[in-house]
Amino acid sequence: MIKAPFTIVSHKEIALGVFELVLSGNTSGILRPGQFVNLSLDGFFLRRPFAVADRTEETFTILYKVVGRGTRALGQMKPGHRLDVLTGLGNGFDAGRACGKKVLLAAGGMGLAPLFHLGKELTASGVEVCSVMGFNTAADVCYDKEFGKFGEVRIATMDGSTGIKGFVTDAMKGLDFDLFYACGPLPMERALCLGTEKPGQVSLEARMGCGTGICMGCTLITRNGARRVCADGPVFDKEDLIW
Amino acid sequence: MVDTRVNLAGVELRNPVIPASGTFGFGSEIAQFYDLNILGGISTKGTTPIERSGNGQPRIAETRCGMLNSVGLQNPGARHVAAIELPNLRSIFKGAVIANISGFSEEDYRSCARIIGPHCDIIEVNISCPNVHGGGMAFGTDPTEAARITAAVKQETTVPVFVKLSPNVTDIASIARACEDAGADGLTLINTVSAMRIDLATRKPLLAARIGGLSGPAIFPIAVRMIWQVASACRIPIMGCGGVMDAEDVLEMMMAGATAVQVGAANLADPFACKDIVENLPITMEKYGIQSLKEIIGCSLKM
Repeated sequence: MIKAPFTIVSHKEIALGVFELVLSGNTSGILRPGQFVNLSLDGFFLRRPFAVADRTEETFTILYKVVGRGTRALGQMKPGHRLDVLTGLGNGFDAGRACGKKVLLAAGGMGLAPLFHLGKELTASGVEVCSVMGFNTAADVCYDKEFGKFGEVRIATMDGSTGIKGFVTDAMKGLDFDLFYACGPLPMERALCLGTEKPGQVSLEARMGCGTGICMGCTLITRNGARRVCADGPVFDKEDLIW
Repeated sequence: MVDTRVNLAGVELRNPVIPASGTFGFGSEIAQFYDLNILGGISTKGTTPIERSGNGQPRIAETRCGMLNSVGLQNPGARHVAAIELPNLRSIFKGAVIANISGFSEEDYRSCARIIGPHCDIIEVNISCPNVHGGGMAFGTDPTEAARITAAVKQETTVPVFVKLSPNVTDIASIARACEDAGADGLTLINTVSAMRIDLATRKPLLAARIGGLSGPAIFPIAVRMIWQVASACRIPIMGCGGVMDAEDVLEMMMAGATAVQVGAANLADPFACKDIVENLPITMEKYGIQSLKEIIGCSLKM
Protein backbone atom coordinates (compact mmCIF):
# COMPACT_ATOMS: atom_id res chain seq x y z
CA MET A 1 0.00 0.00 0.00
CA ILE A 2 1.25 3.46 -0.86
CA LYS A 3 -0.39 6.69 0.24
CA ALA A 4 0.17 9.41 -2.31
CA PRO A 5 -1.35 12.58 -3.76
CA PHE A 6 -2.95 12.18 -7.18
CA THR A 7 -4.19 14.76 -9.69
CA ILE A 8 -7.25 14.34 -11.89
CA VAL A 9 -6.13 14.36 -15.52
CA SER A 10 -9.37 13.26 -17.18
CA HIS A 11 -12.95 12.95 -15.97
CA LYS A 12 -15.80 12.15 -18.33
CA GLU A 13 -19.31 10.71 -18.34
CA ILE A 14 -19.22 7.49 -20.40
CA ALA A 15 -22.80 6.31 -19.80
CA LEU A 16 -25.81 7.70 -17.95
CA GLY A 17 -24.44 8.77 -14.54
CA VAL A 18 -21.32 6.65 -15.08
CA PHE A 19 -17.93 8.34 -14.97
CA GLU A 20 -14.41 7.42 -16.00
CA LEU A 21 -11.83 9.12 -13.78
CA VAL A 22 -8.13 9.10 -14.60
CA LEU A 23 -5.69 10.16 -11.87
CA SER A 24 -1.99 10.87 -12.20
CA GLY A 25 0.58 10.13 -9.49
CA ASN A 26 2.72 7.37 -8.05
CA THR A 27 1.04 4.15 -9.23
CA SER A 28 3.82 1.82 -8.09
CA GLY A 29 1.63 0.56 -5.23
CA ILE A 30 -0.85 -1.03 -7.65
CA LEU A 31 0.54 -4.49 -8.20
CA ARG A 32 -2.20 -6.57 -9.83
CA PRO A 33 -5.73 -6.43 -11.28
CA GLY A 34 -8.52 -6.66 -8.70
CA GLN A 35 -6.77 -4.46 -6.15
CA PHE A 36 -8.53 -1.30 -5.09
CA VAL A 37 -7.75 2.29 -4.17
CA ASN A 38 -9.25 4.34 -1.34
CA LEU A 39 -9.93 7.99 -2.19
CA SER A 40 -10.20 10.71 0.43
CA LEU A 41 -12.88 13.26 -0.52
CA ASP A 42 -13.07 16.69 1.11
CA GLY A 43 -15.95 16.83 3.57
CA PHE A 44 -16.36 13.07 3.92
CA PHE A 45 -15.03 11.25 6.96
CA LEU A 46 -14.37 7.83 5.45
CA ARG A 47 -12.52 7.12 2.23
CA ARG A 48 -14.25 5.71 -0.84
CA PRO A 49 -12.97 2.38 -2.18
CA PHE A 50 -12.88 1.82 -5.96
CA ALA A 51 -11.51 -1.04 -8.04
CA VAL A 52 -8.75 -0.07 -10.44
CA ALA A 53 -9.99 -0.37 -14.03
CA ASP A 54 -6.68 0.39 -15.69
CA ARG A 55 -3.14 1.36 -14.79
CA THR A 56 -0.09 2.84 -16.50
CA GLU A 57 3.28 3.95 -15.11
CA GLU A 58 1.83 7.41 -14.37
CA THR A 59 -1.94 6.98 -14.08
CA PHE A 60 -4.76 4.76 -12.89
CA THR A 61 -8.40 4.74 -13.95
CA ILE A 62 -11.55 4.11 -11.94
CA LEU A 63 -15.13 3.79 -13.15
CA TYR A 64 -18.05 4.70 -10.92
CA LYS A 65 -21.77 5.32 -10.97
CA VAL A 66 -23.20 8.28 -9.07
CA VAL A 67 -25.33 6.68 -6.35
CA GLY A 68 -24.86 8.70 -3.16
CA ARG A 69 -23.37 11.83 -1.63
CA GLY A 70 -19.78 10.69 -2.05
CA THR A 71 -19.96 9.79 -5.72
CA ARG A 72 -22.06 12.93 -6.34
CA ALA A 73 -19.26 15.07 -4.88
CA LEU A 74 -16.67 13.12 -6.85
CA GLY A 75 -18.65 13.70 -10.03
CA GLN A 76 -18.22 17.48 -9.62
CA MET A 77 -14.43 17.35 -9.51
CA LYS A 78 -12.53 18.81 -12.43
CA PRO A 79 -9.15 17.99 -13.98
CA GLY A 80 -6.37 19.51 -11.88
CA HIS A 81 -8.10 18.64 -8.59
CA ARG A 82 -5.82 16.81 -6.15
CA LEU A 83 -6.90 13.80 -4.09
CA ASP A 84 -5.18 11.86 -1.30
CA VAL A 85 -5.23 8.18 -2.30
CA LEU A 86 -4.26 4.87 -0.72
CA THR A 87 -3.28 2.57 -3.60
CA GLY A 88 -2.65 -1.15 -3.93
CA LEU A 89 -5.18 -2.31 -1.33
CA GLY A 90 -6.49 -5.88 -1.25
CA ASN A 91 -5.10 -9.00 -2.88
CA GLY A 92 -6.57 -8.87 -6.38
CA PHE A 93 -7.14 -11.67 -8.90
CA ASP A 94 -4.87 -14.67 -9.28
CA ALA A 95 -4.18 -14.27 -13.00
CA GLY A 96 -1.72 -17.16 -12.91
CA ARG A 97 -4.62 -19.60 -12.73
CA ALA A 98 -5.68 -18.58 -16.24
CA CYS A 99 -2.51 -19.85 -17.90
CA GLY A 100 -3.45 -22.10 -20.83
CA LYS A 101 -7.18 -21.86 -20.04
CA LYS A 102 -10.22 -20.35 -21.75
CA VAL A 103 -11.41 -17.54 -19.51
CA LEU A 104 -14.84 -15.96 -19.03
CA LEU A 105 -15.04 -12.45 -17.60
CA ALA A 106 -18.50 -12.01 -16.06
CA ALA A 107 -19.25 -8.34 -15.32
CA GLY A 108 -22.36 -6.93 -13.67
CA GLY A 109 -22.72 -3.15 -13.92
CA MET A 110 -19.71 -1.30 -12.52
CA GLY A 111 -18.18 -4.67 -11.68
CA LEU A 112 -16.69 -4.41 -15.15
CA ALA A 113 -13.95 -2.11 -13.81
CA PRO A 114 -11.49 -4.61 -12.26
CA LEU A 115 -12.30 -7.15 -15.00
CA PHE A 116 -11.14 -4.71 -17.67
CA HIS A 117 -7.77 -4.38 -15.95
CA LEU A 118 -7.60 -8.17 -15.64
CA GLY A 119 -8.68 -8.74 -19.27
CA LYS A 120 -5.92 -6.46 -20.53
CA GLU A 121 -3.33 -8.35 -18.54
CA LEU A 122 -4.65 -11.80 -19.55
CA THR A 123 -4.86 -11.05 -23.28
CA ALA A 124 -1.38 -9.47 -23.18
CA SER A 125 -0.05 -12.80 -21.93
CA GLY A 126 -1.92 -14.73 -24.62
CA VAL A 127 -4.88 -16.06 -22.62
CA GLU A 128 -8.09 -16.65 -24.60
CA VAL A 129 -10.85 -14.42 -23.12
CA CYS A 130 -14.58 -14.03 -23.68
CA SER A 131 -16.85 -11.66 -21.75
CA VAL A 132 -20.44 -11.27 -20.62
CA MET A 133 -21.52 -7.83 -19.46
CA GLY A 134 -24.80 -7.19 -17.69
CA PHE A 135 -26.54 -3.81 -17.36
CA ASN A 136 -29.96 -2.55 -16.38
CA THR A 137 -30.65 -0.81 -19.68
CA ALA A 138 -29.02 0.32 -22.95
CA ALA A 139 -28.18 3.77 -21.51
CA ASP A 140 -25.93 2.11 -18.89
CA VAL A 141 -23.79 0.22 -21.39
CA CYS A 142 -20.13 1.23 -21.44
CA TYR A 143 -16.70 -0.31 -22.07
CA ASP A 144 -18.32 -2.91 -24.38
CA LYS A 145 -16.02 -1.90 -27.25
CA GLU A 146 -12.99 -2.06 -24.96
CA PHE A 147 -13.94 -5.57 -23.83
CA GLY A 148 -14.49 -6.42 -27.53
CA LYS A 149 -10.73 -6.13 -28.03
CA PHE A 150 -10.25 -9.15 -25.74
CA GLY A 151 -12.56 -11.47 -27.73
CA GLU A 152 -16.28 -12.29 -27.94
CA VAL A 153 -18.55 -10.04 -25.86
CA ARG A 154 -22.19 -10.70 -24.99
CA ILE A 155 -24.35 -7.96 -23.51
CA ALA A 156 -27.36 -8.61 -21.29
CA THR A 157 -29.84 -5.95 -20.19
CA MET A 158 -32.60 -6.37 -17.65
CA ASP A 159 -35.13 -4.57 -19.86
CA GLY A 160 -33.92 -6.07 -23.14
CA SER A 161 -33.26 -2.62 -24.64
CA THR A 162 -30.01 -3.95 -26.08
CA GLY A 163 -28.36 -7.38 -26.23
CA ILE A 164 -29.97 -10.36 -24.59
CA LYS A 165 -32.91 -9.68 -22.26
CA GLY A 166 -32.06 -11.01 -18.83
CA PHE A 167 -29.11 -11.61 -16.56
CA VAL A 168 -25.43 -12.28 -17.12
CA THR A 169 -26.19 -15.93 -16.37
CA ASP A 170 -28.73 -15.96 -19.26
CA ALA A 171 -26.27 -14.40 -21.71
CA MET A 172 -23.43 -16.78 -20.89
CA LYS A 173 -25.34 -19.90 -21.94
CA GLY A 174 -23.37 -21.92 -24.49
CA LEU A 175 -20.08 -20.08 -23.97
CA ASP A 176 -17.10 -22.40 -23.76
CA PHE A 177 -14.74 -21.61 -20.86
CA ASP A 178 -12.59 -23.36 -18.23
CA LEU A 179 -12.36 -20.64 -15.60
CA PHE A 180 -14.31 -17.49 -14.79
CA TYR A 181 -13.55 -14.21 -13.09
CA ALA A 182 -16.61 -12.29 -11.88
CA CYS A 183 -17.45 -8.93 -10.36
CA GLY A 184 -20.90 -7.44 -9.95
CA PRO A 185 -23.89 -7.25 -7.63
CA LEU A 186 -24.09 -10.04 -5.05
CA PRO A 187 -27.22 -11.71 -6.57
CA MET A 188 -25.41 -11.96 -9.93
CA GLU A 189 -22.31 -13.43 -8.33
CA ARG A 190 -24.43 -15.89 -6.39
CA ALA A 191 -26.37 -17.03 -9.46
CA LEU A 192 -23.14 -17.44 -11.39
CA CYS A 193 -21.35 -19.44 -8.69
CA LEU A 194 -24.33 -21.72 -8.08
CA GLY A 195 -25.12 -22.06 -11.81
CA THR A 196 -21.77 -23.29 -13.12
CA GLU A 197 -19.57 -26.26 -12.30
CA LYS A 198 -16.51 -24.39 -13.53
CA PRO A 199 -14.02 -22.91 -11.05
CA GLY A 200 -13.62 -19.18 -10.72
CA GLN A 201 -12.76 -16.14 -8.68
CA VAL A 202 -15.20 -13.51 -7.48
CA SER A 203 -14.48 -9.91 -6.47
CA LEU A 204 -16.84 -8.82 -3.70
CA GLU A 205 -18.10 -5.40 -2.70
CA ALA A 206 -18.65 -4.37 0.92
CA ARG A 207 -19.26 -1.33 3.04
CA MET A 208 -15.79 -0.72 4.37
CA GLY A 209 -14.51 1.28 7.28
CA CYS A 210 -10.76 1.36 6.84
CA GLY A 211 -9.86 -0.64 3.72
CA THR A 212 -6.63 -1.75 5.42
CA GLY A 213 -7.88 -4.64 7.57
CA ILE A 214 -7.91 -3.00 11.00
CA CYS A 215 -11.60 -2.33 11.73
CA MET A 216 -13.37 -5.65 10.95
CA GLY A 217 -16.16 -3.63 9.32
CA CYS A 218 -16.41 -5.65 6.10
CA THR A 219 -16.14 -9.19 7.48
CA LEU A 220 -17.69 -12.05 5.56
CA ILE A 221 -18.12 -15.63 6.78
CA THR A 222 -16.38 -17.99 4.33
CA ARG A 223 -15.59 -21.70 4.42
CA ASN A 224 -12.25 -20.63 5.94
CA GLY A 225 -13.98 -18.64 8.70
CA ALA A 226 -14.42 -14.89 9.10
CA ARG A 227 -12.54 -13.01 6.37
CA ARG A 228 -12.15 -9.29 5.71
CA VAL A 229 -13.30 -8.28 2.22
CA CYS A 230 -10.73 -5.43 2.20
CA ALA A 231 -7.59 -7.20 3.40
CA ASP A 232 -8.28 -10.91 2.77
CA GLY A 233 -10.17 -10.15 -0.48
CA PRO A 234 -11.78 -8.45 -2.26
CA VAL A 235 -11.20 -11.42 -4.57
CA PHE A 236 -12.18 -14.85 -3.23
CA ASP A 237 -12.12 -18.30 -4.79
CA LYS A 238 -15.64 -19.48 -5.66
CA GLU A 239 -15.01 -22.58 -3.54
CA ASP A 240 -14.47 -20.46 -0.38
CA LEU A 241 -17.77 -18.60 -0.57
CA ILE A 242 -20.94 -19.66 1.22
CA TRP A 243 -24.11 -18.59 -0.61
CA MET B 1 13.21 20.02 23.42
CA VAL B 2 9.76 19.40 24.87
CA ASP B 3 8.92 16.45 27.14
CA THR B 4 6.11 14.25 25.79
CA ARG B 5 6.43 11.50 28.39
CA VAL B 6 3.48 10.60 30.62
CA ASN B 7 2.96 8.02 33.34
CA LEU B 8 -0.16 5.89 33.27
CA ALA B 9 -0.71 4.18 36.65
CA GLY B 10 2.99 3.37 36.87
CA VAL B 11 3.44 2.54 33.19
CA GLU B 12 5.82 5.02 31.54
CA LEU B 13 4.84 6.09 28.00
CA ARG B 14 7.16 7.92 25.58
CA ASN B 15 4.14 9.98 24.52
CA PRO B 16 0.40 9.93 25.28
CA VAL B 17 -0.73 8.74 21.82
CA ILE B 18 -2.44 5.32 21.83
CA PRO B 19 -4.48 3.80 18.99
CA ALA B 20 -7.87 2.87 20.44
CA SER B 21 -9.19 -0.66 20.68
CA GLY B 22 -10.93 -1.88 17.54
CA THR B 23 -9.24 0.60 15.24
CA PHE B 24 -5.79 -0.97 15.04
CA GLY B 25 -6.32 -4.75 15.16
CA PHE B 26 -3.32 -6.27 16.96
CA GLY B 27 -0.90 -3.93 15.21
CA SER B 28 0.34 -6.16 12.38
CA GLU B 29 -1.47 -4.35 9.53
CA ILE B 30 -0.27 -0.86 10.46
CA ALA B 31 3.24 -2.21 11.20
CA GLN B 32 3.55 -2.66 7.42
CA PHE B 33 3.10 1.12 7.02
CA TYR B 34 5.25 2.56 9.82
CA ASP B 35 7.35 1.61 12.86
CA LEU B 36 4.89 1.18 15.74
CA ASN B 37 7.58 2.13 18.27
CA ILE B 38 6.81 5.83 17.77
CA LEU B 39 3.52 5.21 19.68
CA GLY B 40 3.12 5.54 23.44
CA GLY B 41 0.97 2.43 23.65
CA ILE B 42 -1.46 0.30 21.68
CA SER B 43 -4.92 -0.77 22.82
CA THR B 44 -5.66 -4.08 21.11
CA LYS B 45 -8.92 -5.40 19.65
CA GLY B 46 -11.58 -6.21 22.26
CA THR B 47 -11.19 -9.87 23.21
CA THR B 48 -13.74 -12.30 24.63
CA PRO B 49 -13.02 -15.76 26.13
CA ILE B 50 -14.36 -17.56 23.05
CA GLU B 51 -13.85 -16.33 19.47
CA ARG B 52 -16.67 -14.28 17.91
CA SER B 53 -17.43 -13.60 14.25
CA GLY B 54 -19.37 -10.44 15.08
CA ASN B 55 -22.58 -8.93 13.71
CA GLY B 56 -24.10 -9.22 10.24
CA GLN B 57 -23.50 -6.84 7.33
CA PRO B 58 -23.57 -3.94 6.96
CA ARG B 59 -21.56 -2.98 10.03
CA ILE B 60 -20.36 0.46 8.92
CA ALA B 61 -22.31 3.63 8.16
CA GLU B 62 -20.81 7.00 7.49
CA THR B 63 -22.23 10.23 8.81
CA ARG B 64 -21.19 13.86 8.67
CA CYS B 65 -18.08 14.27 10.83
CA GLY B 66 -17.91 10.63 11.78
CA MET B 67 -19.09 7.09 11.36
CA LEU B 68 -21.19 4.39 12.99
CA ASN B 69 -20.01 0.84 13.52
CA SER B 70 -21.67 -2.30 14.78
CA VAL B 71 -18.80 -4.77 14.43
CA GLY B 72 -19.94 -6.70 17.50
CA LEU B 73 -16.61 -7.73 19.06
CA GLN B 74 -15.31 -9.93 16.27
CA ASN B 75 -12.14 -11.45 17.73
CA PRO B 76 -10.19 -14.73 17.69
CA GLY B 77 -10.73 -15.53 21.40
CA ALA B 78 -8.56 -14.99 24.49
CA ARG B 79 -6.34 -18.08 24.14
CA HIS B 80 -5.39 -17.24 20.55
CA VAL B 81 -4.79 -13.59 21.51
CA ALA B 82 -2.56 -14.62 24.44
CA ALA B 83 -0.66 -17.28 22.47
CA ILE B 84 -0.27 -15.56 19.09
CA GLU B 85 -1.40 -11.94 18.79
CA LEU B 86 0.08 -10.34 21.91
CA PRO B 87 3.47 -12.13 21.63
CA ASN B 88 3.60 -11.03 17.96
CA LEU B 89 2.87 -7.46 19.00
CA ARG B 90 5.48 -7.62 21.78
CA SER B 91 8.08 -8.77 19.26
CA ILE B 92 7.68 -5.61 17.15
CA PHE B 93 6.51 -3.07 19.74
CA LYS B 94 8.35 -2.01 22.90
CA GLY B 95 5.72 0.48 24.13
CA ALA B 96 2.79 -0.22 26.45
CA VAL B 97 0.55 -3.09 25.35
CA ILE B 98 -2.97 -2.38 26.56
CA ALA B 99 -5.17 -5.44 26.15
CA ASN B 100 -8.88 -4.68 25.83
CA ILE B 101 -11.16 -7.44 27.18
CA SER B 102 -14.92 -7.88 27.09
CA GLY B 103 -17.56 -10.40 28.01
CA PHE B 104 -21.14 -11.31 28.80
CA SER B 105 -20.72 -12.39 32.41
CA GLU B 106 -18.44 -11.76 35.37
CA GLU B 107 -16.78 -15.13 34.66
CA ASP B 108 -16.05 -14.04 31.05
CA TYR B 109 -14.15 -11.00 32.32
CA ARG B 110 -12.33 -13.07 34.96
CA SER B 111 -11.36 -15.67 32.39
CA CYS B 112 -10.05 -13.06 29.92
CA ALA B 113 -8.04 -11.31 32.63
CA ARG B 114 -6.46 -14.60 33.76
CA ILE B 115 -5.50 -15.63 30.22
CA ILE B 116 -4.41 -12.24 28.88
CA GLY B 117 -3.03 -10.47 31.97
CA PRO B 118 0.43 -12.12 31.77
CA HIS B 119 0.89 -10.84 28.19
CA CYS B 120 0.16 -7.13 28.58
CA ASP B 121 1.12 -4.00 30.56
CA ILE B 122 -2.42 -2.78 31.20
CA ILE B 123 -5.80 -4.49 31.00
CA GLU B 124 -8.58 -2.31 29.62
CA VAL B 125 -11.98 -3.63 30.67
CA ASN B 126 -14.64 -2.86 28.10
CA ILE B 127 -17.93 -2.54 29.97
CA SER B 128 -19.27 -0.18 27.32
CA CYS B 129 -19.62 -1.97 23.98
CA PRO B 130 -22.95 -0.82 22.49
CA ASN B 131 -22.88 -3.51 19.81
CA VAL B 132 -23.54 -6.72 21.69
CA HIS B 133 -26.70 -7.76 23.50
CA GLY B 134 -26.78 -9.03 27.06
CA GLY B 135 -23.30 -7.81 27.88
CA GLY B 136 -20.84 -5.08 27.20
CA MET B 137 -22.68 -1.86 27.82
CA ALA B 138 -25.10 -3.49 30.28
CA PHE B 139 -22.27 -3.57 32.83
CA GLY B 140 -21.23 -0.02 32.08
CA THR B 141 -24.52 1.74 32.63
CA ASP B 142 -25.02 0.74 36.27
CA PRO B 143 -22.55 1.74 39.04
CA THR B 144 -23.08 -1.49 41.01
CA GLU B 145 -22.48 -3.71 37.97
CA ALA B 146 -19.47 -1.64 36.89
CA ALA B 147 -17.97 -2.00 40.37
CA ARG B 148 -18.63 -5.76 40.44
CA ILE B 149 -16.80 -6.35 37.13
CA THR B 150 -13.94 -4.04 38.17
CA ALA B 151 -13.40 -5.87 41.47
CA ALA B 152 -13.58 -9.26 39.73
CA VAL B 153 -10.91 -8.35 37.15
CA LYS B 154 -8.68 -6.85 39.86
CA GLN B 155 -8.72 -10.22 41.67
CA GLU B 156 -7.45 -12.01 38.56
CA THR B 157 -4.49 -9.89 37.51
CA THR B 158 -1.50 -7.97 38.82
CA VAL B 159 -1.23 -5.46 35.92
CA PRO B 160 -3.02 -2.10 36.17
CA VAL B 161 -6.72 -2.30 35.31
CA PHE B 162 -8.39 0.51 33.36
CA VAL B 163 -12.16 0.40 32.96
CA LYS B 164 -13.53 1.71 29.66
CA LEU B 165 -16.73 3.66 30.25
CA SER B 166 -19.80 4.25 28.12
CA PRO B 167 -21.06 7.75 27.32
CA ASN B 168 -24.59 6.37 27.08
CA VAL B 169 -25.39 7.16 30.71
CA THR B 170 -26.98 10.00 32.64
CA ASP B 171 -24.20 10.47 35.19
CA ILE B 172 -20.81 9.19 34.08
CA ALA B 173 -19.09 10.52 37.22
CA SER B 174 -21.07 8.17 39.48
CA ILE B 175 -20.02 5.15 37.39
CA ALA B 176 -16.41 6.36 37.33
CA ARG B 177 -16.40 6.73 41.12
CA ALA B 178 -17.89 3.25 41.55
CA CYS B 179 -15.03 1.80 39.46
CA GLU B 180 -12.43 3.78 41.40
CA ASP B 181 -13.88 2.61 44.73
CA ALA B 182 -13.82 -0.99 43.43
CA GLY B 183 -10.09 -0.74 42.84
CA ALA B 184 -9.71 0.43 39.22
CA ASP B 185 -6.21 1.80 38.53
CA GLY B 186 -7.55 4.06 35.80
CA LEU B 187 -10.40 4.78 33.40
CA THR B 188 -10.77 5.02 29.63
CA LEU B 189 -13.50 7.25 28.27
CA ILE B 190 -15.47 7.44 26.13
CA ASN B 191 -16.61 4.47 24.07
CA THR B 192 -18.88 5.17 21.08
CA VAL B 193 -22.16 7.02 21.37
CA SER B 194 -25.24 4.91 20.66
CA ALA B 195 -26.63 5.95 17.26
CA MET B 196 -28.65 4.95 14.18
CA ARG B 197 -28.94 5.71 10.47
CA ILE B 198 -31.84 4.76 8.19
CA ASP B 199 -31.46 3.74 4.55
CA LEU B 200 -33.87 5.78 2.39
CA ALA B 201 -34.07 3.07 -0.27
CA THR B 202 -34.94 0.17 2.03
CA ARG B 203 -36.68 2.38 4.65
CA LYS B 204 -34.96 0.35 7.35
CA PRO B 205 -32.06 0.93 9.75
CA LEU B 206 -28.90 0.90 7.67
CA LEU B 207 -26.86 -1.27 10.02
CA ALA B 208 -27.81 -4.96 10.22
CA ALA B 209 -27.62 -4.67 14.02
CA ARG B 210 -29.89 -1.58 13.66
CA ILE B 211 -28.12 0.42 16.41
CA GLY B 212 -24.41 1.13 16.29
CA GLY B 213 -21.80 3.32 17.93
CA LEU B 214 -20.95 6.81 16.67
CA SER B 215 -17.28 7.78 16.60
CA GLY B 216 -15.14 10.39 14.92
CA PRO B 217 -14.85 14.17 15.39
CA ALA B 218 -18.62 14.50 15.96
CA ILE B 219 -18.19 13.07 19.47
CA PHE B 220 -14.99 14.90 20.47
CA PRO B 221 -16.69 17.64 22.55
CA ILE B 222 -18.83 15.01 24.30
CA ALA B 223 -15.65 13.15 25.25
CA VAL B 224 -13.95 16.34 26.46
CA ARG B 225 -16.94 17.19 28.64
CA MET B 226 -17.13 13.70 30.16
CA ILE B 227 -13.36 13.52 30.79
CA TRP B 228 -13.59 16.88 32.53
CA GLN B 229 -16.49 15.67 34.69
CA VAL B 230 -14.77 12.41 35.60
CA ALA B 231 -11.41 14.09 36.25
CA SER B 232 -13.26 16.43 38.63
CA ALA B 233 -14.76 13.46 40.50
CA CYS B 234 -11.90 10.90 40.56
CA ARG B 235 -8.18 10.70 41.39
CA ILE B 236 -7.17 7.80 39.10
CA PRO B 237 -5.65 8.52 35.65
CA ILE B 238 -7.79 8.75 32.52
CA MET B 239 -7.12 7.62 28.97
CA GLY B 240 -9.19 10.06 26.92
CA CYS B 241 -10.88 8.73 23.79
CA GLY B 242 -13.41 10.02 21.28
CA GLY B 243 -12.96 11.81 17.98
CA VAL B 244 -9.31 12.80 18.33
CA MET B 245 -8.00 13.86 14.91
CA ASP B 246 -4.82 15.86 15.52
CA ALA B 247 -2.24 17.00 18.06
CA GLU B 248 -4.40 19.97 19.13
CA ASP B 249 -7.15 17.51 20.11
CA VAL B 250 -4.60 15.57 22.19
CA LEU B 251 -3.65 18.71 24.14
CA GLU B 252 -7.31 19.69 24.63
CA MET B 253 -8.19 16.26 26.02
CA MET B 254 -5.22 16.37 28.37
CA MET B 255 -6.24 19.83 29.58
CA ALA B 256 -9.68 18.31 30.29
CA GLY B 257 -8.02 15.74 32.54
CA ALA B 258 -6.66 12.91 30.39
CA THR B 259 -3.18 11.52 31.14
CA ALA B 260 -3.03 9.73 27.78
CA VAL B 261 -5.15 10.00 24.65
CA GLN B 262 -6.51 7.27 22.41
CA VAL B 263 -7.02 7.77 18.69
CA GLY B 264 -9.77 5.68 17.15
CA ALA B 265 -11.81 6.42 14.05
CA ALA B 266 -9.02 8.63 12.65
CA ASN B 267 -7.01 5.43 11.98
CA LEU B 268 -9.80 4.22 9.72
CA ALA B 269 -9.92 7.45 7.74
CA ASP B 270 -6.12 7.49 7.45
CA PRO B 271 -3.81 4.63 8.47
CA PHE B 272 -1.08 7.20 9.15
CA ALA B 273 -3.23 9.26 11.57
CA CYS B 274 -1.38 8.28 14.76
CA LYS B 275 2.03 8.79 13.13
CA ASP B 276 1.03 12.29 12.00
CA ILE B 277 -0.27 13.14 15.49
CA VAL B 278 2.93 11.89 17.19
CA GLU B 279 5.09 13.87 14.76
CA ASN B 280 3.05 17.05 15.19
CA LEU B 281 2.83 16.86 18.97
CA PRO B 282 6.18 18.55 19.85
CA ILE B 283 5.69 21.52 17.50
CA THR B 284 2.11 21.93 18.71
CA MET B 285 3.33 21.92 22.33
CA GLU B 286 5.88 24.61 21.45
CA LYS B 287 3.18 26.69 19.79
CA TYR B 288 1.20 26.74 23.05
CA GLY B 289 4.26 27.15 25.30
CA ILE B 290 4.05 23.68 26.83
CA GLN B 291 7.42 22.35 28.03
CA SER B 292 6.16 19.09 29.52
CA LEU B 293 2.84 17.37 28.89
CA LYS B 294 2.62 16.45 32.57
CA GLU B 295 2.05 20.13 33.41
CA ILE B 296 -1.20 20.38 31.40
CA ILE B 297 -3.03 17.25 32.61
CA GLY B 298 -6.32 18.50 34.03
CA CYS B 299 -5.16 22.14 34.02
CA SER B 300 -8.64 23.29 32.95
CA LEU B 301 -10.09 21.93 36.20
CA LYS B 302 -8.27 24.51 38.34
CA MET B 303 -10.49 27.44 37.47
